[in-house]
Amino acid sequence: MAVEKRVLFKSWWLPWVLIAPQMAIILVFFFWPAGQALYQSVLTQDAFGTSTEFVGAENFERLWNDPTYLASFQTTAVFSVLVAVVGLSVALLLAVMADRVVRGAAIYKTLLIWPYAVAPAVAGVLWLFMFAPSVGIVSYALRELGFDWNHLLNGKHAMALIVMAAVWKQISYNFLFFLAGLQSIPKSLIEAAAIDGARPWRRFWTIVFPLLSPTTFFLLVINIVYAFFDTFAIVDTATNGGPGKDTAILVYKVYYDGFKALDLGGSAAQSVVLMVIVIALTVVQFRYVEKKVQY
Amino acid sequence: MKSKLFALSSFALAAALAGPAHAQVEIQWWHAMGGGLGEWVNDLAKDFNASQKDYKIVPTFKGTYDETMTAAIAAFRAGNAPHILQVFEVGTATMMASKGAIVPVAQVMKDAGLKFDPSVYVPAVAGYYTAPNGQMLSFPFNSSTPVFHYNKDAFKAAGMDPESPPKTWPEVALAAAKLKASGHKCPFTTSWISWTQLESFSAWHNTLFATKNNGFGGLDTRLAFNTPLHVRHIENLANMNKQGLFVYKGRGNAADATFVSGECAMVTGSSALYGNVKRNAKFASAISTLPYYPDVSGAPQNTVIGGASLWVMAGKKPAEYKGVANFFAFLSKPEEAAKSHQRTGYLPVTIPSYELTDKSGFYKQNPGTDVSVTQMIRKTTDKSRGIRLGNFVQIRTIIDEEMENIWSGKKGVKEGLDTAVQRGNEQLERFEKANKS
Repeated sequence: MAVEKRVLFKSWWLPWVLIAPQMAIILVFFFWPAGQALYQSVLTQDAFGTSTEFVGAENFERLWNDPTYLASFQTTAVFSVLVAVVGLSVALLLAVMADRVVRGAAIYKTLLIWPYAVAPAVAGVLWLFMFAPSVGIVSYALRELGFDWNHLLNGKHAMALIVMAAVWKQISYNFLFFLAGLQSIPKSLIEAAAIDGARPWRRFWTIVFPLLSPTTFFLLVINIVYAFFDTFAIVDTATNGGPGKDTAILVYKVYYDGFKALDLGGSAAQSVVLMVIVIALTVVQFRYVEKKVQY
Repeated sequence: MKSKLFALSSFALAAALAGPAHAQVEIQWWHAMGGGLGEWVNDLAKDFNASQKDYKIVPTFKGTYDETMTAAIAAFRAGNAPHILQVFEVGTATMMASKGAIVPVAQVMKDAGLKFDPSVYVPAVAGYYTAPNGQMLSFPFNSSTPVFHYNKDAFKAAGMDPESPPKTWPEVALAAAKLKASGHKCPFTTSWISWTQLESFSAWHNTLFATKNNGFGGLDTRLAFNTPLHVRHIENLANMNKQGLFVYKGRGNAADATFVSGECAMVTGSSALYGNVKRNAKFASAISTLPYYPDVSGAPQNTVIGGASLWVMAGKKPAEYKGVANFFAFLSKPEEAAKSHQRTGYLPVTIPSYELTDKSGFYKQNPGTDVSVTQMIRKTTDKSRGIRLGNFVQIRTIIDEEMENIWSGKKGVKEGLDTAVQRGNEQLERFEKANKS
């Protein structure tokens, strides 16, 4: 453990002033909406908010009694694990490759960072175009290969589609952090291992990967949160949660009930459930997974 | 006299302020008409603004129907709703239940002192937007109804007579088989599954979609689309799907594009698809009536409406309401309404506008454009007047989901319809509970 770095301030108010802007942003954009969600979750309102009624835990009871809501937990788990695992693996592979490139490295890096500038809804539409059963270029190629792609009626295909779109959207972010992580690994360590006769594969698993673990852990947390919260636009544009409810992840239902069905109470109750899940997941990750991380 | 004085004084005031010579009252109109339909809406506003000097209609495109409604709700909660809001038909029950948020159109017209005769509006359309006490609540702006579009060139290629489209579901299956034999990959598809295959299907066969006259008779209505007739129809479609005669192309109006591109040869969809087909399709096409089962007594009855109506939001100034009333009176003029009907393929708003279109020979020059009108202008029954349910947006999604489970073979037809009814009824129960007062 490194010695903690501490700065001592002479005046008592300066530290508070320095963190005030950040605190203000957190309060206004995080705590206030979260409080609103908690408050809304025990109310039922008509669409225009002209009548409000306190209903206690009724919104939550309704969720509990809805088998399709319970089923979407499983869908969400599958989706999040796939997005995190595939997203991190592909990004790591790309980062390792980009790290070795000497010529035109800037071009590769720029191209890899581009998708991050694309809005999730646009990412959903892009992938939808490529995989549209009758006109999409990829589905056409698949059909030529004898594979009948139809995400409109095949739940597995639909899940694959939204995972691809969600992973693609997040890959730049993961790539950037992995690349920075790789570049901060001292070259001398790797060279020493190479002199000792370790092959690239072995060098990667025994030196690079463990030294990257803080980055990997950070990205794991970020990606899980991303899959849980930021992917509704992809689902909305690519599959609408279908076929049936096969791709209706939790956050999509929050969006649908709140913004399409105009049921703010029910939507808020689901946000609260999601909030609890993510808090629990983050605690678990910091308690148990972090122990395996070498700083 | 009074108004002259008012005009004079306001003129003096305006002159004193060195502003425009005449103080115009601005009226905000939020709508969901994109593309060619958006141009239509802008032209309507322009024509109205040019026809008088007191009011100025400002149309604003707010995205899809549900985006427009969500935007207006957020604006209402923040205290700056538009004056006029276009709401799709499935949002009707929600708007009706939000009493404090809207002003009935009949009230707006009466307060403005304008002559207002609800009987000139097409009954099957106006009836949908009328409260149980007979008061018209919203202005029937753009109403459509499901019809049967088919590709004449594909019919010819399959060795069928392009002038005699299939009239019944057994004939549709036969035509689809011939189209498939001629190499067509997508003989038949449909847009708006719930609207075309269950809602209009029910009215067309004079059968209830939901109890209590499809929701017109009270909030304790419950879904009823799992009768043997409905099961038979969906089973028929499921079989056609297995044989590659019916191809599922997605929710909402996703199938429309596959007809316009020529990929699918027959489609049941909105009558308002006509404008799109006329502009973009590279083949000869025509419109026919919605297919039915000939052995069902009472069929064909009439179809139900889709599209949207204009609602007047609460909390505005009297002068502004007067402008809204004048604008609605403008839209109801026979020549204006006839022009809109012929331009878009939406139903004529009033009977005189229909008669005017008929007299002008438009239907003779554009065969099939009168199909939607003849499907709608019939004496309706209690079972066929229309369908007005609370939480209808959710119910339509539930139907989409369960139908997909049927097409993919995950659920049997009866099981799928039963589940849809049961899940939909939960929505109706909640709506009833929330709005009982």
